[in-house]
Amino acid sequence: MNAPTGIGAAVPRREDQRFITGKGRYVDDLNRAGQLHAVFVRSPHAHARIAKIDSSAAKALPGVKAIYTGEDIAADKVGGLICGWVVTDKHGQPHRNPPHPVLAHGKVRHVGELVAVAIAETLAQARDAAEALDIDYEPLPATIDLPKTFAEDAPQLHEEAPGNLCYDWEVGDREGVEQAFSEAAHIAKVDLVNNRLIPNAMEPRAAIGEYDSGTDELVLYTTSQNPHVTRLILSAFIGIAPEHKLRVVAPDVGGGFGSKIYTYGEEVTCLWASRKLGGRPVKWVAERGESFLSDAHGRDHVTHAELALDKDGKFLALRVKTMANMGAYLQVFSTCVPTYLYACLLAGQYLTPKIFCEVRAGFTNTNCVDAYRGAGRPEATYVVERLVEIAARDMGIEKTEIRRRNFIPSESFPYETPVLMTYDSGNFPRLLDRGLEMIDYKGFPARKQEAERRGKLRGIGLSCFIEACGLAPSAVIGALGGGVGQWESANIKFNPTGSVTLYTGSHSHGQGHETVFAQIVSDLLGVPYENIEVAHGDTGIVPFGMGTYGSRSGPVGGGAVKLAADKVIAKAKKIAAHMLEASEGDIEHESGTYKVAGTDKSVNIAQIAFTAYVPHSYPEGVEPGLDETGFFDPLNFTFPSGTYIAEVEVDPDTGIVTLVDWVAVDDFGIVMNPLIVDGQVHGGIAQGVGQALLEQCVYDKESGQLLTGSYMDYCMPRADDLPALRVETTDMPCPHNPLGVKGCGEAGAIASPAALMNAIVDAIGKDIDMPATPEKVWRAIHGGRMAAAAE
Amino acid sequence: MASVTMTVNGESVTREVEPRMLLVQFLREELRLTGTHVGCDTSQCGACVVHVDGKSIKACTMLASQASGKAVTTIEGLAKNGELHPMQAAFREHHGLQCGFCTPGMIMSALDIVQRHGSNVQEKTIREELEGNLCRCTGYHNIVKAIQAAAASM
Repeated sequence: MNAPTGIGAAVPRREDQRFITGKGRYVDDLNRAGQLHAVFVRSPHAHARIAKIDSSAAKALPGVKAIYTGEDIAADKVGGLICGWVVTDKHGQPHRNPPHPVLAHGKVRHVGELVAVAIAETLAQARDAAEALDIDYEPLPATIDLPKTFAEDAPQLHEEAPGNLCYDWEVGDREGVEQAFSEAAHIAKVDLVNNRLIPNAMEPRAAIGEYDSGTDELVLYTTSQNPHVTRLILSAFIGIAPEHKLRVVAPDVGGGFGSKIYTYGEEVTCLWASRKLGGRPVKWVAERGESFLSDAHGRDHVTHAELALDKDGKFLALRVKTMANMGAYLQVFSTCVPTYLYACLLAGQYLTPKIFCEVRAGFTNTNCVDAYRGAGRPEATYVVERLVEIAARDMGIEKTEIRRRNFIPSESFPYETPVLMTYDSGNFPRLLDRGLEMIDYKGFPARKQEAERRGKLRGIGLSCFIEACGLAPSAVIGALGGGVGQWESANIKFNPTGSVTLYTGSHSHGQGHETVFAQIVSDLLGVPYENIEVAHGDTGIVPFGMGTYGSRSGPVGGGAVKLAADKVIAKAKKIAAHMLEASEGDIEHESGTYKVAGTDKSVNIAQIAFTAYVPHSYPEGVEPGLDETGFFDPLNFTFPSGTYIAEVEVDPDTGIVTLVDWVAVDDFGIVMNPLIVDGQVHGGIAQGVGQALLEQCVYDKESGQLLTGSYMDYCMPRADDLPALRVETTDMPCPHNPLGVKGCGEAGAIASPAALMNAIVDAIGKDIDMPATPEKVWRAIHGGRMAAAAE
Repeated sequence: MASVTMTVNGESVTREVEPRMLLVQFLREELRLTGTHVGCDTSQCGACVVHVDGKSIKACTMLASQASGKAVTTIEGLAKNGELHPMQAAFREHHGLQCGFCTPGMIMSALDIVQRHGSNVQEKTIREELEGNLCRCTGYHNIVKAIQAAAASM
């Protein structure tokens, strides 16, 4: 018997064959005939006027084809990069939206901003030319961090944004919250910094632009999570070519985590330059240093939060004030991350009746900040879950008990939160119970005692999180300021011999869609798994798509596959009825067999597909062919939830934190492939652990130089930073999703920082900010003693 | 230009290259063996790990001319007669890869770890030995599992 391949089966990935044999095809592996190489010149200053660019020496070097600057691009009326989400501030005004030029024009506003490009026959020649460019800058004072960028005397970035303010936004019931606070028995408070992160997908960004003067078509090969969205932006906003004359190909892409959602200046420049140079392809591949400087960063919040409780530890109200760093320019989702994807998740898993959140977003002379795995939801979870454990400690209530007293009861879904969301489903006590059981919570005091005998501080911390995946429905997203629809499409195309190609608008850059979507099609239509091919990542092949981010491929992309499959089945029944000389209403479908009810007369889907393409005897009024498309626009977000528990030991002599155990119980709805889902959780946890223990993007506060600009300075999680992870899922279906799926891509990154920091705080008895480096932990433990010794 | 001759995946190759050409560039650009990847510019990520005379080395830290006269094995040279190497098979079976970009370097390092520590290599050793290979997707959990499983079967 063959291994199962349907929905829920742990099928090893088919795409692995090429990756484990060195046959993956990433953009840097592609070389187009006659291609030129581009090297970008980036600003060495955080803030400066560009006084003069002299390219004469560079142009005279061997092999150099062109040097282009912002003036050249502007002269060609190429539009700037865009922000795709209009956030309306608390005064009813749209957020300040300063221009974001493809190549800097007049002024530079962060270190690493694109200033010019050198294009030459070889990469080495392009590098030499880039170095030979003579650029005079007049440096200006820079503003780097929050809250200082809002100070009256702070240097100003944009004329369009006085006070460096992007927006002042709020959500919730201010008066109701004030009232509840005035009646509270206890108020728990916390100040938190959500550290700025650099995404670091292992494949650096890359692009090849290629113009064909014979057809007037442009092709962009790029490292994108959403090629159709890139095409739309390049066409409708940047105006590089009409949509039907532009093809965007994102072949194998080596990780994204948000950073490859956006359209970047390098992509625009390569396309534009190829046309300018008569159609010679122009290729650019980022060095890692460029990735650090220019891939959109993540997080970077400063927050003060307060939780009002009654005498029994019941939450009465939550009050949150957050400042969010946007960087120097806005990217596609920059504005919605600290608003709708953050503040609207502040209810967490709890019945907090009143919530009010204010968010001030500001510009600084740093790289763009946008969605990075979790995008807003890790920040929200961190606020809520840190505050819950602080409240528990303050009031002397056991930390699982305080959660139980406040969980939204399982029978109260759909549940409308005070911050715009309507949760569809969940069973939070069940997730918590299972997590506690897995980690042997009851045995923790004994383990702590045993650790104490060894001189170690042992701590345990929880994170009971909820998130919102699969942004939807389109009408709501539009009402909130989103610029695009949030559906997904799937096209199921049968070949006459019965095999299938599925064209999906989702994009895999590690998620394993080629396997999972084939499992779904096989399960729904009864076509053998090995007879199904999945195509994605090319606007010239896939009809339409919104791409992959926000854990949307399973719930939204999978939903579209289900809709398309339903249409196939409906048509197949008509054809089967004709073939079996029965009426359509009598045809029953099961696993690819279409049977006349109550008889043994049947035909299979391969026979039906053949008949559809060779319709010699065919039902009247039915079109030939078996090729159906589904567009799925969900009714609501999906709401994955879970309980994560971290157990740590801290060495008080060194401040080193060791993760001794880690459990995660997730409710992702119906699991399509547990092997892949577990892998997504593992990876998310590693990124969460990275944020909590290791990673921090640091700019020099005066000069604005990126101090963590390489793997020698920015600490990535390594294998020995992590323990073996114990992860489980439940199977509570999403009630409004065609496949019952909730989405699993971001949970690990969302839940983990709070669990780990709570565990560390539990171990050392002091509050500290991320990342909990040995130095910071040691100082927190010994701070008092050191201060005394110094006196 | 310098003349470089080496054996790559069992075949002898000779090329005239710039003296500054790195081994990783030689493999990718001269031989079009693009399975060996470049993920950083500071010799930390390990995406470019290959074997030179049987030992793992980061191909971005070695000049092509330094590999002259040596035998180089890349990810493309592991499978024999269409049969995956047990380490490759284990990475697939245990879902030890997601985006696949770090995978060739990871597999080449893993082989070297098993060669040096034997088939009973412990999880702790594997984790420590992977210091020079970065993965952003998997959290290393399944990579470690795959290496242990492959080690046991090798």
